[in-house]
Amino acid sequence: MRTVKNARHLLGASLLVLAAWQALVSAGGFSEALFPSPLATLRGFYELIADGVLVRDIGASLGRFAVGYLSSILLAMVLGLVLGWYRGIWSYLNPIAQVLRPISPMAWLPFIVLFFGIGEMPALVIIFIAAFFPVLLATVAAVRGIEPVYLKVAQNFGIRQPAVLTKIVFPAVFPRIATGLHLALGTAWVFLVAGEMVGAQSGLGFLIIDARNNLRADLLMAAIITIGVLGLLLDSGITVVERAIGRRFGSRLA
Amino acid sequence: MSYITVRDVSRIYPKQGGTFTALNHVSLTVDRGEFLCLLGPSGCGKSTLLSILAGFDRPTSGSAQIDGKEITAPSLRCVTIFQNYGLLPWRTVEKNVELGLESLGKAPEERRETAHAYLKLVGLERFADHYPAELSGGMQQRVAIARALAVDPDVLFMDEPFAALDAITRMKLQDEISAICREQKKTIIFVTHDIDEAIVLADRIVIMTPNPGKIKAILPVDLHGRRDRTSPDFLHIRDRVFTAFALKPEDKTEYYI
Ligand SMILES: Nc1ncnc2c1ncn2[C@@H]1O[C@H](COP(=O)(O)OP(=O)(O)OP(=O)(O)O)[C@@H](O)[C@H]1O
Ligand SMILES: [Mg+2]
Repeated sequence: MRTVKNARHLLGASLLVLAAWQALVSAGGFSEALFPSPLATLRGFYELIADGVLVRDIGASLGRFAVGYLSSILLAMVLGLVLGWYRGIWSYLNPIAQVLRPISPMAWLPFIVLFFGIGEMPALVIIFIAAFFPVLLATVAAVRGIEPVYLKVAQNFGIRQPAVLTKIVFPAVFPRIATGLHLALGTAWVFLVAGEMVGAQSGLGFLIIDARNNLRADLLMAAIITIGVLGLLLDSGITVVERAIGRRFGSRLA
Repeated sequence: MSYITVRDVSRIYPKQGGTFTALNHVSLTVDRGEFLCLLGPSGCGKSTLLSILAGFDRPTSGSAQIDGKEITAPSLRCVTIFQNYGLLPWRTVEKNVELGLESLGKAPEERRETAHAYLKLVGLERFADHYPAELSGGMQQRVAIARALAVDPDVLFMDEPFAALDAITRMKLQDEISAICREQKKTIIFVTHDIDEAIVLADRIVIMTPNPGKIKAILPVDLHGRRDRTSPDFLHIRDRVFTAFALKPEDKTEYYI
């Protein structure tokens, strides 16, 4: 029932956008090479699919994204668990994290290129940075906000380290880290394209650069839509995972 | 010699611009198998005293001993039951009850059997595979009781365990915990600010007052096992508790002739 309703909303929204888009094209009188019509974009899609370019670039982007995102959240979670547990260290690192967090990963680009060169690495590093801070901060906050009664129960029932970490701390913080993981996924996806614009030879960011350089606005638009749809799918996917975690690890106390 | 001995215990917290005395020279003894209620208004140090006895906190001065040994850390011999139940929401009811048994190194099969036996005792056998969030507050507290009893402790500490429950459920649980603990010969220290609850449950009531937290009086409750909440004996003891808290209006009329 809910999916039917969601599908209806999605369809309605798509039609609305298409209509507005076509109206803009008809009324604006832009050159087709600068601003494509929906139909031209559809043809662009067809071309990209027929060439196998779209599949290749989606594969490349998702591959990079997986490596950058997964390595980032893994490190951020481990570090967050340790730093959240040992409050003394975090008191010193917290100001540093707070200063680094609001800096757009793109600002580091010249240094990233200096350290890692161009090509494959900049995209990975930028995704890594984009995902890192939301997860680190969520994990630290989750560990520090752990219900004190859980730790008392652990102490009372004779649960010692490292079992406290596996039996109590990790399951207790999981639902709250899940929110950080979700946030990080969205942020990292936004920066994927930017990262791939720096010398990558494949991926959706590369596709965008390539289409622009060849004055192929239709392909550019097709790439943009692809990025949006994939972002939506990734978001839906992690929402499902997040809900499952919430059900399984139950975040409420009473 | 008494089983639990609290000798001249004070607990002083630092606070900005000085100190705050949560417990002021408290002394108390408890016999094995006794059901003791700590009764008093908010802030009189009931939870502080219980934390010290349970080993979660240490006194600033004085000594607290169980069975002749100074209390320095929580132990499986003395299990605390909290007001908000302290169940682990990611474990099923059965796995919650097994928690302490895991530390005792029991085999999985034995843990399961023990857990089921105690869930049966509190009438929740059918809910073994549920998660705590799926149970009512009263049922969750029953699970916490089963989890505590499962490790067969000598002492149970309870900090306002029924305060979050409705009146009817509360009375039912009072009767149950009273019956279970007397049958299993546990020593209980039970914190409450509900006067009737203290009278129904306790062998002795420790009456505490705040600012600074101290023991005002200790009342033996001799209801000869008859815990009828409407009996004259019950009302008589209630009357004495009221007097101890100075809640009874005194006849202050002054006569000018
Ligand atoms: N960690 C702490 N730091 C500072 N003050 C504290 C701390 N713990 C308790 N206190 C103070 O000590 C006093 C006694 O607290 P305690 O929790 O023992 O009271 P209580 O009798 O259990 O009250 P209640 O019925 O509200 O639970 C309170 O005034 C409280 O503010
Ligand atoms: Mg209290």
